[in-house]
Amino acid sequence: MAGFFRNLFGSSDKEVLVERRAHPRIPRRSTGFQQFTRATLKPEGQNVLDLGPTSPANIQFITGYAHKAYNEDLLTAAQDPSFVIPGEEPGTKVFDAKRFLAENLTYERGTFDAVMLWDLCDYLPEALVKPVVDRIFSITKEKGLLLGFFHTKDAGPDAPYYRYHIANLETLELQVGPKFQLQRVFQNRHIENLFHDYSSLKFFLGKDNIREVLIVR
Amino acid sequence: MDNFRADVAHIGKSVLIKGELSGSEDLYLDGEVEGNIELRGHSLVIGPNGRIRANVHAKDVVVHGKVDGNLRATEKVELKKSALLNGDIFTQRIVIEDGAFFKGAIDIQKAAVESKPEVKPAATPSANAAAAPHSVPQIGSLLDPK
Repeated sequence: MAGFFRNLFGSSDKEVLVERRAHPRIPRRSTGFQQFTRATLKPEGQNVLDLGPTSPANIQFITGYAHKAYNEDLLTAAQDPSFVIPGEEPGTKVFDAKRFLAENLTYERGTFDAVMLWDLCDYLPEALVKPVVDRIFSITKEKGLLLGFFHTKDAGPDAPYYRYHIANLETLELQVGPKFQLQRVFQNRHIENLFHDYSSLKFFLGKDNIREVLIVR
Repeated sequence: MDNFRADVAHIGKSVLIKGELSGSEDLYLDGEVEGNIELRGHSLVIGPNGRIRANVHAKDVVVHGKVDGNLRATEKVELKKSALLNGDIFTQRIVIEDGAFFKGAIDIQKAAVESKPEVKPAATPSANAAAAPHSVPQIGSLLDPK
């Protein structure tokens, strides 16, 4: 049994077994991800940005196809309390999106061929959503691809936050992550408005109240 | 972890180094370094108390602590679950434990990584750094007990 959990990432078999029991991973076939990989696997040497928590599986997958893997866990970065500053109205507080983007996603224009957004937009502070989408627009190449996940209203306000690990070309593994609170539920037209500057959007509806969207820059 | 093998140099957690740190043996580094680390052909282990603000060039790099800077390893980079890395990685092989925090880019290079222009500048060495690198860290010259 221990041998089944191959020593892929430098941990002992026992450590991997304990980790997987504590935080089991749920396989999830993803049409959106399948389409995303079909369009981005070739040619080699592309720049792929993962905006979720650091995932060894995702890094192995991306670099396994000879791409350059970038990782920025924007949601964790947004939890830094120093970004919450006094608002203009006395007694109010606002999120300092300007300073956040001065310290995060600081890449040259047109750097990325592909971006894995996951469900980031559902969890970010309100003040950050549009500025982050606009920043991604500027740092993604023309015809570059984004993959975004958006909860439907049926997911409910207590929908757990999952980390997304790539298992293969068409399957992701969901792992319960930190207890981030779902901030909003987008309607289709809201998603279209949010990505208004992009070239095209393609929607796929999953069984688990997640809308998968493939966005072309 | 073989922290105290006789053939591995050891820098403890109370030690602060500012400037160029270079050597011709494996190094276990659990202190604070600001500057540049050159251990070409040798292994570097950054311990759980390690706080590095430097670019690193070594054969293998294992990170348990915190690094702000680029890692350039001709063989392998390992990020353990307690690792916090803000910088780019250039190496042939990468091993990342779940729980590690990484912000930056990973460039897997099949051939041995030779010296290339750094993408990000290292932290500016302080004015009191030694002018020439030593082959082994010298107590009393580069090391400033906290």
